[in-house]
Amino acid sequence: MAKLTSYAAPLRGLLVLGAVALAFGPWLFGGVTQIFLTQFFCMLVLALMWNLLAGYADIVTLGQHGFVGVGAYALYGFTALGGVNPFVAVLLAGLVAFLVAIPTMALVFRLRAVYLAVGTWVVAEALMLTAGKLPGLGQGSGASLPVAVARMLGATPSARFASIYWLAFALALAAFLTTYLLLRSRIGLGLTAMRDNEEAAGAMGVDLRRARILCFLLTAPFLGVAGAVITLQKLRVSPMSSFSVNEWTVFVIFNVVIGGIGSLEGPILGTLLFFVLRDHLADLGPWHLIVLGALSIATMLLEPRGLWGLARRALNFDLIPVSRAPSREFAARFQGGPTPQGEREISAHPAE
Amino acid sequence: MNLVEIRRLSKSFGGLSVINGLDLQLGENEILGVIGPNGAGKTTLFNLISGVHAPSEGSIFYRGVDIGRAQAWDRCRLGIGRTFQVPRPYARMSVYENVLVAAVHGGGLSSRAARKEAEQALDLTGLARRYAEPAGQLTLLDLKRLELCRALAIRPRLLLLDEIAGGLTDAESLALLDIVRQVHRRGAAIIWIEHVLHALRRLASRLVVLHGGGLLADGDPEAVLADPRVKAVYLGE
Ligand SMILES: Nc1ncnc2c1ncn2[C@@H]1O[C@H](COP(=O)(O)OP(=O)(O)O)[C@@H](O)[C@H]1O
Ligand SMILES: [Mg+2]
Repeated sequence: MAKLTSYAAPLRGLLVLGAVALAFGPWLFGGVTQIFLTQFFCMLVLALMWNLLAGYADIVTLGQHGFVGVGAYALYGFTALGGVNPFVAVLLAGLVAFLVAIPTMALVFRLRAVYLAVGTWVVAEALMLTAGKLPGLGQGSGASLPVAVARMLGATPSARFASIYWLAFALALAAFLTTYLLLRSRIGLGLTAMRDNEEAAGAMGVDLRRARILCFLLTAPFLGVAGAVITLQKLRVSPMSSFSVNEWTVFVIFNVVIGGIGSLEGPILGTLLFFVLRDHLADLGPWHLIVLGALSIATMLLEPRGLWGLARRALNFDLIPVSRAPSREFAARFQGGPTPQGEREISAHPAE
Repeated sequence: MNLVEIRRLSKSFGGLSVINGLDLQLGENEILGVIGPNGAGKTTLFNLISGVHAPSEGSIFYRGVDIGRAQAWDRCRLGIGRTFQVPRPYARMSVYENVLVAAVHGGGLSSRAARKEAEQALDLTGLARRYAEPAGQLTLLDLKRLELCRALAIRPRLLLLDEIAGGLTDAESLALLDIVRQVHRRGAAIIWIEHVLHALRRLASRLVVLHGGGLLADGDPEAVLADPRVKAVYLGE
């Protein structure tokens, strides 16, 4: 049987090359593609964050849209009302989301499981209602960003597309690298154990509470910045769309579940698929949601590890390696014996 | 000072009272065998000591401090290591990573020291050859080895073993006794729940019989096993 592991290096190379190419997006792609990719980057950030919370830290949140909306409104406030440069305001929006996350956490961390999920959703809805009542922010019907703010992003429309594109790209890259480095750290080792068995992780010394707090506070600013970037692209805020539960929470959950929860590859794959399918499914109107929902339920039932779990079984290696190996001397003792993980043939892989 | 002092410990789940006013002491470096019929509350006792459950009443002193309401991970870091009767591997992580989690988080070791500790624990428990396999693919026997291996990697002062000897061949059983002996020599006290009596007979310096959430007997293993009340309840005579 062919050794698929020999594809690991080329595939990883391709991934890096793709990322490098995306960095030059505005010179490579037209406006429509740039808008499309900007949306992809933002959705990818949301997927990476939800995966970290629900896939690892056992915080199954239904309130992601709360922080996205807070970021959106913060951006509007800083730029349109405060006259702050949008590039600075994007970062400040992350800070605001972080500050909102602290009391939110104090509230929802008293709850567990389903109650926590509902709690996060209630908080997000409360934030939306609050945003709709704020003076000077358009209230229920929302408000458009002044042209002057858009001009600060670039003199021409194409310069503006490029600015927003790079903001989104930088955000996605930062979200990916943060998640990647976190998962490779000592804390990440504990988080991965939590993913697989929470009680056993606690019994082996993993501080479950600290890990949860860290993840919650880490994801909030990324969600806030994503909300700000989305707003720069849409050029307007409104309670319904800036705090859209469908777009920023439900779709994100579908993407992560379909792609493969509890892996780094899964959210990327799921978000990619979402955008590939989106244009085809858009014709279906409200059926769009139903089709994706059905797909993710089918995934949960048939292949809980998602598309990446399926691919992983065939490939037998991680595309984005976050696992740890023992010392060379230790591993060398078993050369020729049972082969290390990732080198076995598929037939030696019983169903898990 | 005793390593463990359990005083008037009780635990009930809803209306079901599982542990009833239990008193139990464990000396430094003692090996205590625990037997009792199914449902006697043996595993629940471990869950209370290791922090899976909080006691309904009473206290658990460990090295002079009441840890009865401390978090499981804090108790682990104080040196309380345990195995789970029904194995709970981190299924998607490799065997090596499973053990590394314990060495890093429970043992509080630096990355380099934790790696060494995990490798040693794998060697000691005979799991080294399986280091790269996803833990979810191990046989039940190897999963039990992994339970022991993880608990050893935290370098326990108190080791709680919950039925790890079931299903072993004679040779494997001897190997296991040897491992436990080594850990004991390294300076750990051990509480060992086991149905396989000959294992306990060889190693335990003391035996208690748990029945209906309280102690039916406590003392020298042979004397306890000869006790007519124990025979009646436990050995079904
Ligand atoms: N988490 C729990 N919730 C409810 N009942 C439990 C729980 N854990 C144990 N029990 C009950 O407590 C009793 C003792 O269980 P256990 O401690 O596992 O017994 P043993 O290990 O001695 O066989 C059993 O009746 C069991 O059903
Ligand atoms: Mg039991």
